[in-house]
Amino acid sequence: MALAAIAYGVVVSQQGWWVAALTRLFPTTTGPVFPSATMADLVLRHLAIVGISSAITITIGIPLGVWVTRTSGRDFRELVAAGVDFGQTFPPVAVLALMMPILGFSIRTAVVALSLYGLFPVVSNTVAGLDAVPPAVLDSARGMGMGKWRILFTVEMPLAARVIMAGVRTSVIVNIGTATVAAVVGAGGLGDPIFAGINTQNLGYVFQGAVAAALLAVLADSVLAQVEQMVTPAGAS
Amino acid sequence: MIRLEQVTKRYGDAVAVDGLTFEVPEGEVCVLIGPSGCGKTTTLRMINRLIEPTSGHIFVGDRDVMSVTPEELRRGLGYAIQSVGLFPHLSVAENIMTVPKLLKWDRKRMEERVEELLTLVGLPPEEYAGKYPRQLSGGEGQRVGVARALAADPPVLLMDEPFGAVDPLNRERLQTEFARIQRSLRKTVIFVTHDVDEAIRLADHIALMRDGRLQQYATPEEILDHPANKFVHDFMGADRALKRLGRVRVSEAMRTAVPSLSGGRSPQELSTRAACADTRFVYLTDADGRLEGWFDCHAVEIGTTAEDAVTLVDWRDDAVRPDTSLKEALSRMLGHGYRSIAVTDLTGHLLGDVAFSAVEAAMSDSDERMAAAHDAREGAASDEGSVPE
Ligand SMILES: Nc1ncnc2c1ncn2[C@@H]1O[C@H](COP(=O)(O)OP(=O)(O)O)[C@@H](O)[C@H]1O
Ligand SMILES: [Mg+2]
Repeated sequence: MALAAIAYGVVVSQQGWWVAALTRLFPTTTGPVFPSATMADLVLRHLAIVGISSAITITIGIPLGVWVTRTSGRDFRELVAAGVDFGQTFPPVAVLALMMPILGFSIRTAVVALSLYGLFPVVSNTVAGLDAVPPAVLDSARGMGMGKWRILFTVEMPLAARVIMAGVRTSVIVNIGTATVAAVVGAGGLGDPIFAGINTQNLGYVFQGAVAAALLAVLADSVLAQVEQMVTPAGAS
Repeated sequence: MIRLEQVTKRYGDAVAVDGLTFEVPEGEVCVLIGPSGCGKTTTLRMINRLIEPTSGHIFVGDRDVMSVTPEELRRGLGYAIQSVGLFPHLSVAENIMTVPKLLKWDRKRMEERVEELLTLVGLPPEEYAGKYPRQLSGGEGQRVGVARALAADPPVLLMDEPFGAVDPLNRERLQTEFARIQRSLRKTVIFVTHDVDEAIRLADHIALMRDGRLQQYATPEEILDHPANKFVHDFMGADRALKRLGRVRVSEAMRTAVPSLSGGRSPQELSTRAACADTRFVYLTDADGRLEGWFDCHAVEIGTTAEDAVTLVDWRDDAVRPDTSLKEALSRMLGHGYRSIAVTDLTGHLLGDVAFSAVEAAMSDSDERMAAAHDAREGAASDEGSVPE
């Protein structure tokens, strides 16, 4: 898996390979390689957008999921579920369009929109994971005199970790794809060659952006699957 | 000591527990029993404040449970429940260390305690300490649950149908072990069950409840012999004489000097060696004295081959332990069609046997004891310990 990551790094950093491959694949197109930025730059930019927005999604989503399963937040559970669900059913382009007037033509707009958009799987999996902790386990934990924070961090979170991580994984994978749309608000990344390609009918550009994004998603998926295994405690199968 | 004073719990208009008052002396087992929904669990959970009473007072030792934080209170009250609730992501050892960790014991002390407790509940530490809960059978899980409740050596144990989810044979074993452990530890125990036999077997006092109210608080003998009302009478069941046998241990009725032969069991050898002079059955053991079967002298007399006169058995199923209840021993005898049943220790060494006639004697014995106790009380005015309807 580390090997796959290195291979991906090497492939995207070899601009020459892309030139050669694309010239061969699209022989009729003149200049099939996106000229404004190198592959490496596009990928790094894309990773930055995804990384920042997913980090925000996780920092908001997990605590939000935890909160609505506590006594203090129980009343908001339906509301949060509905809100997060609604955010997800909204088309990403529409979210971006709505954000634009407020945050302008920038990476900030993209990050905010993507963070909200990725919230659903994280929140719903956090809730599902915590709900799945057997009531008897919580009862005996309380009955032995463990405090609620200790129960949360040493019992509930470890037992829910795998399900929560599965939500994070889904969120990040979807985010990698959706982030290509962020190019319309000028955020850059792998969406740039795709949109440029569509506008100028240059299939080479589209191919370049799409393949790099797809491979990135596959890679992220396997990395996160590994993390999922790591956070699953030994006894919880 | 645990004392409840006029404890009531209401849910809206419904009353789950209604003005409950009783006291459990230090070192005694109080079994809370009654039909489903009568308020047993609610009562138990009010003691460790998993449920707050609507009114009334509960004292553990001299302390009102409301005078300390729930966490501090609970660390001094062992808690074991039917569904066990072991932490699935932690090993057996770590599960047992839960409360010691909260009390910040040092590592070495915790590890020693884990070994001690696993041994106490009959699970070899070297085999079980590292296992995870999902690798345990139902009975093993219950044992670990009890070990975990005992971990920090709390003076009080609260147990809610701890053996309710295991099969009858395992439940009998767990009861036997619990009785043995309790004889040495002398905890103050509140034990919830809906199984009358379990109550009679384990209780020093039984608190029988119905619809949130206490019907009678008395010793098992007392409650069998002098039920406070018709409900108590019917709930305890008709087969009183048999039920009382649940209170007598095999060791109290067993014959220790039994004819037995060890080693060399070739049929010829047996028919010559068997000391059939004044007995019909001769037990057979291996060289270490472990029960292997018996030899029927009678069968030889009527001309059967010596080979057919030998019955080989497995001591785990076909013999009982000294602290098995006579009731259980009787039901095994009837189940197998034996007129007596061998008694072995925990590793199968032959200790003696119990005859059907000895069980009968014990039954009429306890009848006489009951009658004597009753006569002695005739003079006394009040029916102490019982609550009129
Ligand atoms: N949280 C609750 N809300 C409302 N009623 C309850 C609640 N918990 C228990 N009860 C009611 O209180 C009564 C006693 O319950 P419980 O103590 O669990 O009975 P038992 O353990 O004897 O079976 C039952 O009638 C039950 O329905
Ligand atoms: Mg109950």
